[in-house]
Amino acid sequence: MNFEEHAAKLLVLSVAGIPTLRGMLCSTAAEAAMAATNIGPCVVKAQVPIGKRGKAGGIKLARTSDEARKAAEQILLMSIGGYTVERLLLEEQAQIAREFYAAVLHDVVARRPLVLFSTEGGMDIEEIAAAKPAAIRRLLLDVDSKPNASDFAGMLKGLDLGPAENQIMQILERLYTAYRKYDGELLEINPLAVLVDGRVIALDCKFVLDDAAIYRQPELAKAGVPGSMTALEQRGAENGLKLIQLDGNVGVLANGAGLTMTTMDVIRHYGGKPANFLEIGGEAYTKSEIALDLVLSNPGVKSLVINFCGAFARTDVMAEGVVRAWHKLAPRVPVFFSIHGTGENEAVALVRNELGIEPYDFMEDAIQAAVKAAQ
Amino acid sequence: MIVRKKDRVVVLGITGKQGTFWSEKMMAYGTDVVAGVNPKRAGETHVGVPIFATTAEAVAKVGGDVAVMFIPPAMAKDAAVSAAEAGIKLLVVLTEHIPAQDVMAMHGAAARHGTRIVGPNTAGLVTPGECFVGIMPAFVPSVFKAGRIGVISRSGSLGTLICLNLTRAGLGQSAFIGIGGDPMLGTTTRDALEALDKDSGTDAVVVVGEIGGGMEEDAATYAKKMTKPIVAFIAGSAAPLGKKMGHAGAIVTGSAGSYASKRQALEAARVTVADTPSEIAGAVFVGLKSSRADNKLVANQ
Repeated sequence: MNFEEHAAKLLVLSVAGIPTLRGMLCSTAAEAAMAATNIGPCVVKAQVPIGKRGKAGGIKLARTSDEARKAAEQILLMSIGGYTVERLLLEEQAQIAREFYAAVLHDVVARRPLVLFSTEGGMDIEEIAAAKPAAIRRLLLDVDSKPNASDFAGMLKGLDLGPAENQIMQILERLYTAYRKYDGELLEINPLAVLVDGRVIALDCKFVLDDAAIYRQPELAKAGVPGSMTALEQRGAENGLKLIQLDGNVGVLANGAGLTMTTMDVIRHYGGKPANFLEIGGEAYTKSEIALDLVLSNPGVKSLVINFCGAFARTDVMAEGVVRAWHKLAPRVPVFFSIHGTGENEAVALVRNELGIEPYDFMEDAIQAAVKAAQ
Repeated sequence: MIVRKKDRVVVLGITGKQGTFWSEKMMAYGTDVVAGVNPKRAGETHVGVPIFATTAEAVAKVGGDVAVMFIPPAMAKDAAVSAAEAGIKLLVVLTEHIPAQDVMAMHGAAARHGTRIVGPNTAGLVTPGECFVGIMPAFVPSVFKAGRIGVISRSGSLGTLICLNLTRAGLGQSAFIGIGGDPMLGTTTRDALEALDKDSGTDAVVVVGEIGGGMEEDAATYAKKMTKPIVAFIAGSAAPLGKKMGHAGAIVTGSAGSYASKRQALEAARVTVADTPSEIAGAVFVGLKSSRADNKLVANQ
């Protein structure tokens, strides 16, 4: 789950004791003008949970209240990376001496937390890694032991950070503590600025909460940005089903993420286009009735592939749900089945007797027929 | 990570609906389930095996080499750490959606105690004709048959389909190793490939990968040195960028973890990459027929 800058700063950084600039959250140009009167010369920043806001024109400087109002008017009309700008963060302007990069994230290969620091702040870490890989310092930690100040001192050694070094060490330590406490998947400060007056301040912040940990971060999750979903995807989520609507015309109902992806791949392989990804894996295999309803509610669907390969999921239970949904919805789209694995005999008999349809032996043949029918 | 009949299996969460159902299936197939763990039911007998309060107690009283977890995400870390501390050698973690920082703690504990974790989010391990641990349809004769092909899969459903296709083509399996759909796995594609390479009962390997992460690319560097033929299928070529395709591990951002990157790495290691699952069995036959001597020559170069 992603967070906008203002929420990440307020709920994660400030709580952890990492300094940020004075700022105010606004949702209209009038509010922005008022805030600027209070703050003085300021930066007007679009609040969307995505990078490259500056390049998109979503960050503007304003010296006066009037300039802040104009900047706010312009930015509030924007859409950045698919997100309509609805909120602005106004922050005081800072006199920046140097810009650094700091982050904590999962190292999925080492299976441990990784702290990153670079003196090349302000650009994406991918860009830094490509341009100056030697400029990135890395520290692998262990979730079961608290890191020492000397761990952070070690990673900063030889970087010539001057008097800011102690502040940076403390910020890295607090950043890691916050990543652990709030179940971060990524907690990034870019840029981490040294101001002309010597203070070290987080100018921006990106926080991604581990989706699997939302259950134990309920308060924090309320401030997160729900992933943008179509109405149909929303309906799926309400029923505990992960649906991704695509622009094709061959509907897909399969069990398990791997088999569902493969069904989509084979549709493409035969020149067709899948209309959705929909997983009824794990315990969700009992939800095939509502799942089929969702797939058929997509107006783009011209034909349907139902591909079951039962392991944990019982194909007879899934087929019962499909038959129930089929009788209820009486859809007109042609449907092509392939059914194997746990409960196969009962499932095939059910589809044959109740729907009068003979499943294909190979999924490739069912899919080829469905692609042809959709054309 | 190839399970055997002699392995003593402890089932964590044995008294739940799934724990009960799959324990009975495992025992009926030949798996030596020796104990279950549930602190609230300690002292009872369930599906014919004794229940203990902790894994340590189960191991002390009846022994245990392998543990399999039917445990919900919020309790998975504690169960896994306790199993590692109890001296379990192989821990099969079926649970999906465990918080990532808990998964890191599980892997840390496993490393300290010399435990191999398979998973999280795996469907389990099958040695056809011998035993199985997990939630795979080992007992469905149309899917699994004893033989000499090793299968590695991130997905249970797709792995099932591929074993079914092999069995239909007359190719039995020496072992099915479900490594799991999570991004941070205890056993990687490369680990499983090494195990099957060293297994004298395996003549060829089928690798069922997915988009996301770098495991297939890493496995390809090992595959270069192998003389046993390898056939791969990578799921997710049609998946849109930046969307999680069900498995938390299956997400492509930029070019990292893409279908093209994996296919290229595997083909450079002389692995045959199939376009659809039904092509796999044919490619295995071709691989088995082609001269071993040629394979060895190339490998030695």
